[in-house]
Amino acid sequence: MKTIDLVIIGGGPAGMSAAVAAYDAGVRDLLILERDAHLGGILQQCIHNGFGLHRFGEELTGPEYAGRYEKMVEERNIPSLLNTMVLDITPDKVITATNAERGVFQLQAKAIILCMGCRERAKGALNIAGTRPAGIYSAGTAQKYVNMKGYLPGKEVVILGSGDIGLIMARRMTLEGAKVHAVCELMPYSGGLARNIEQCLHDFGIPLKLSHTVVEIHGRERLTGVTIAKVDEHRRPIPETREYIPCDTLLLSVGLIPENELSKTASVALDRVTNGAVVDQDRQTEIPGIYACGNVLHVHDLVDFVSEEAEIAGKSAAAYIAGKSAAAVEIALHTDGKVRYTVPQRITRQKDVTVFFRVADVYRNVTVKVTDEKGNVIYSRKKIKVAPGEMESVLLKSDTFAGARDLCFALEEN
Amino acid sequence: MFDVAIIGAGVVGGMIARTLARYQLKIVILEKGHDVATGATAANSAIVHAGFDAKEGTLKAKLNVRGSEMMAEVCRELGVKYKNNGSLVIGFGEEDKAHLETLYRRGIANGVRNLELLNAEELHALEPNVSADATCALHAPTGAIVCPYELTFAAVGNAMDNGAELLLESEVTAIQPIEGGYKITAGGKPIEAKYIVNAAGVYSDAIANMVGDASFTVHPRRGEYILLDKEIGALVSHTIFRTPTKMGKGILVSPTVDGNLLTGPTSEDMEDKDDKSTTPEGLARVMKGAGESVTGIRFGASITSFCGLRAVGSTGDFIINNPRHGFVNVAGIESPGLSSAPAIAEYVLDLLRKDGLNTAEKANYNPIRPALHAFREMSMEEKNAVIAKDPAYGRVICRCETVTEGEILTAIRTEPKPHDLDGVKRRTRAQMGRCQGGFCSPYIVELLARELGIPYEKVTKSGGNSLVNLEKTKGAR
Repeated sequence: MKTIDLVIIGGGPAGMSAAVAAYDAGVRDLLILERDAHLGGILQQCIHNGFGLHRFGEELTGPEYAGRYEKMVEERNIPSLLNTMVLDITPDKVITATNAERGVFQLQAKAIILCMGCRERAKGALNIAGTRPAGIYSAGTAQKYVNMKGYLPGKEVVILGSGDIGLIMARRMTLEGAKVHAVCELMPYSGGLARNIEQCLHDFGIPLKLSHTVVEIHGRERLTGVTIAKVDEHRRPIPETREYIPCDTLLLSVGLIPENELSKTASVALDRVTNGAVVDQDRQTEIPGIYACGNVLHVHDLVDFVSEEAEIAGKSAAAYIAGKSAAAVEIALHTDGKVRYTVPQRITRQKDVTVFFRVADVYRNVTVKVTDEKGNVIYSRKKIKVAPGEMESVLLKSDTFAGARDLCFALEEN
Repeated sequence: MFDVAIIGAGVVGGMIARTLARYQLKIVILEKGHDVATGATAANSAIVHAGFDAKEGTLKAKLNVRGSEMMAEVCRELGVKYKNNGSLVIGFGEEDKAHLETLYRRGIANGVRNLELLNAEELHALEPNVSADATCALHAPTGAIVCPYELTFAAVGNAMDNGAELLLESEVTAIQPIEGGYKITAGGKPIEAKYIVNAAGVYSDAIANMVGDASFTVHPRRGEYILLDKEIGALVSHTIFRTPTKMGKGILVSPTVDGNLLTGPTSEDMEDKDDKSTTPEGLARVMKGAGESVTGIRFGASITSFCGLRAVGSTGDFIINNPRHGFVNVAGIESPGLSSAPAIAEYVLDLLRKDGLNTAEKANYNPIRPALHAFREMSMEEKNAVIAKDPAYGRVICRCETVTEGEILTAIRTEPKPHDLDGVKRRTRAQMGRCQGGFCSPYIVELLARELGIPYEKVTKSGGNSLVNLEKTKGAR
């Protein structure tokens, strides 16, 4: 079996950035495995702009952002195998993959970085009543048809869920001549970025119906309409508010799920809230030498942050391969429920660390507070508003938590 | 003129076609749908029942026990997955226990082998996730599971390999007696056949009416199901039934041959024979019923929900008869129809012979249909051998179920051929995983368009007007 220092599973933004960072930290024996025919991942179909403001200080389209990283990969001659599907990863870091040219092959890696991204939650998970006609797509699938294949899946559209891809597709379908009748969001707030609500819905006069859901699907061959309804505070549909909207297309943007099927084959411990791996400040999973970053770890709002996180993983993997012992991980991070999760979930006392987190609901005038197990406040900061759709972060200085064993992330309402 | 025209390409019509294909007969299968196995066969509990449910002496009892005995061999010949996982009817309290004892005695009378009554302890030793409140059970080790549409594809395919013809989108609208047989109008075209087998499911009463037989009616009974992720597919290993009531066998929880967990069905008499919509109430009943039997089912792990329409006959039993020369009804094939299908085919052959059908054996009849081997189930050596022969087997198209381009192309080229996304899905499992085709369907549309020689935007989900895309985008026009 061929041995190799570093294998990166997935050639999207996380994989490319991790590969570049590992290379720049001295790794020369590395390989990216990508199941698609190109590097770039989902960015290839995100032809709208808004990428790269943090990284490059300019507004790029998805393919342009991916192109920047592809160029960095090329300049370093980092090898990749395309059209190659990884079938299995063992805890001992044996990777089994397949492609048309080589058949099924195995690699023994010293280190692995998991960069498989995420997938959309499908209609089945919602158990919407009614028929099962053609015309129902996840927003990303519709995006692929329109932007990659050049076909319009529908003309009279209702969108369920106000995730960012749904918002982007509301605008995209409108520009292609479709009529988007409504975006229904089950929650009383949108899960998408504020700028997308403004630029993709408001600018086009598309109504956002908060606390609404689709309760029934109609049509035998192709979709002919949906029944929507307002929901009460327990998210139960209110029968008197049922409203029929004729349409030929229903797009779903109801959540993204980190794609961790391979992580499971490697017995990587997963966080029940993020659905991604449990990692330390280096983005190392509980298996030494296996790292995770990007949307496979937790779903990000902006690709810029994916790239940043992947650099951490790439550098750490390089240090691991070089035999440098990683900083001991002594501190566990917890949350109060209002803060839903943190990434990383475990940290060392030896370094400053930026902790990313998401909240469970929209909260106004709150204080983000980090306390240790003795009740000492390590960090405290007032926020006017926090929302589940916007990832938050705090920088913790190592001297502030030197004696701690546990840190709790909480929101206090002022 | 055909010797036999079979109306309906469900599991019953398919098994009959396969049984008749052994003989020197010109056979045609007339199917109104865009594919075979789209009616009750597409959406049922996928169970091979042991045979203790039907009353002693009924056709249902006789054909269920016989069919169940034949099923393993039929599946072996046809390369279809079959799993003898056994079934348990669980009871809560004394009343259920008395009912289970009745079923036990009935099963013995019907000829079901190895039945046993279990107490709570024995039950939970077999199935630790069955509700702790369950007090007793009837264990039927001969119970099994099979995929009903996989069986139908294989049966129709094997019949076609042995010379039978399949005509899709050929709804029968008129039947006229002619000299030596019948003239059938199917899909607007005339078809002549000496014998007709009416296996038209919920429409079999309408077909019988066309030859003046109004001796029975068939109505649809809606059954809603929820299919769950493989992640929880091993929660139980047996098929778990509730103690039955008048309306059926209640909500069951069962593994499928593909490793998912199936829950359902509801049972609701309907009028519309085409209304396959699920309801919020029905899906809620499925979740409640399944949760009462088995603990730990997370419905957040739902892959899909669907509805099947069972063809319930007006007599309470299967209606298999020969009301006039050259015409055989196979109607009211509700549960245990799938289990009985191989035996029904045998029984129909017998009726046709008695009605004068000449059944000389074919010299070159081949009962074997090789399995369409799933890449995900191969060893590494087998995978490499198949990729070496055809590199398309090295390209994984469906990520969730690990289905390769090679398998999809083979399915598109193998009789009975699929013509749409659902047809590919049911033959290969591509699009059947947790992302439900989110990633792979645009590629499969491409493969279908190429293989069928049609434009990309003409590819449908399930025939008719079920178009996946409507037109080219502005820039691509």
